[in-house]
Amino acid sequence: MSEEGQNVRFEQVALPHLGAAYNLARWLVRNDEDAEDIVQEAFLRAFKFFGGYRGGESRTWLLTIVRNTCYSWLQRNRARELTDSLDETQEDLAVDFASPESVLMKSVDARVVREALDGLPIEFREVMVMREMEELSYKEIALIADLPIGTVMSRLARGRKRLHSMLADRTNLKTNARGGAAS
Amino acid sequence: MMCQETGMLIHALADRELDLVKSIELETHLQQCPSCAQTQQEIRGLKSLLNDSELRHVPTKSFEKRLRAVLSEEVKEGSASRVNWWRWSYAGISLVALLLVVWVVVGTLNRQSSGELIAQEVVSSHVRSLMAQHLTDVPSSDQHTVKPWFDGKLDFSPPVKDLTQQGFVLTGGRLDYIESRPVAAIVYQRRQHPINVFVWPARDQAKTAVQASVRQGYNLIRWTSAGMEWWAISDLNLAELQQLTQLLQQ
Repeated sequence: MSEEGQNVRFEQVALPHLGAAYNLARWLVRNDEDAEDIVQEAFLRAFKFFGGYRGGESRTWLLTIVRNTCYSWLQRNRARELTDSLDETQEDLAVDFASPESVLMKSVDARVVREALDGLPIEFREVMVMREMEELSYKEIALIADLPIGTVMSRLARGRKRLHSMLADRTNLKTNARGGAAS
Repeated sequence: MMCQETGMLIHALADRELDLVKSIELETHLQQCPSCAQTQQEIRGLKSLLNDSELRHVPTKSFEKRLRAVLSEEVKEGSASRVNWWRWSYAGISLVALLLVVWVVVGTLNRQSSGELIAQEVVSSHVRSLMAQHLTDVPSSDQHTVKPWFDGKLDFSPPVKDLTQQGFVLTGGRLDYIESRPVAAIVYQRRQHPINVFVWPARDQAKTAVQASVRQGYNLIRWTSAGMEWWAISDLNLAELQQLTQLLQQ
């Protein structure tokens, strides 16, 4: 293949995933400017490694590079966010969803959801973003995050549980505050 | 299925990652267990909350523009450096090819001219040996006298053959100097014709074919065998000189 062909091909392969790349980076570092820098760095890296790209799922390939770039950036700039060691002990996953203050989720404001998700440890945040927003399969997430599929599943389950209880608390607070103001 | 078993499976079901058999088992349980069914509802609600385009972070147009510019710059640079690399490697390959051709040509010329030079030296030595009445240092028809005489005078032991029976009378040996080294000259006589046979270790160990030539009226025959370079020269006719060379090669 000619050089020109390869360059055109890189842009064709990588640029369609800019949205997914930026979304993931932005959710991981939680800041617009940093996310932009990281995505740019990741694309340049991807271009450098493009010779090693052998077809296949280009989105998974690119997101792997984006995620790695995010983690090395965080390691350099905000190592503290990564050192919060994750308690991997099994929580009881079945209960607690059906709590009495169970909320009708559809009524929750997107801003509240965003804040709650931002508040989750990065390990949960990333699998949830990849699963719910990018609609990646467990297998793809496992590849990108370099995790066993079982860990992907348990992180998703636990992340959802945490997010659910955070949202339940907030909506209750809001409801209580409103109730308080009315009385 | 029990509630305790539904833990992660209920998420996998919501994510459509559960195989058919497990899905059916779980669905059956969900129909009978309000608590698990409630959990399923909450998970679905949560999923739809997160799958909201409002939550997605979208790159700004200006960032996209900037990224495209940076990429095309990088692509240009990258291909430029690769093109340069190719140019350099082409230049390198051409240079190597050129040097190879020069080396081969010069080598061939050298070999030819070194052959020429030796032939000239052989003729001169032959003529000088006749003019100066200095044909032999050790006049003897006995090969067992001639051969040992060279010991200590040369760094090799020249083969000396008695060919009197075949009509080539050994008349002696002499030291000579050809191709910048001392060589053995073994002198035979055929009727009235003196024959100088020059011998020295060949530089190139490969055996080369017998080459005959005529210079200044003298017949020259050169060959290599057993790691030795041989030159026979005489005013004898070529046929008889060839006969000698064949005898020497045996």
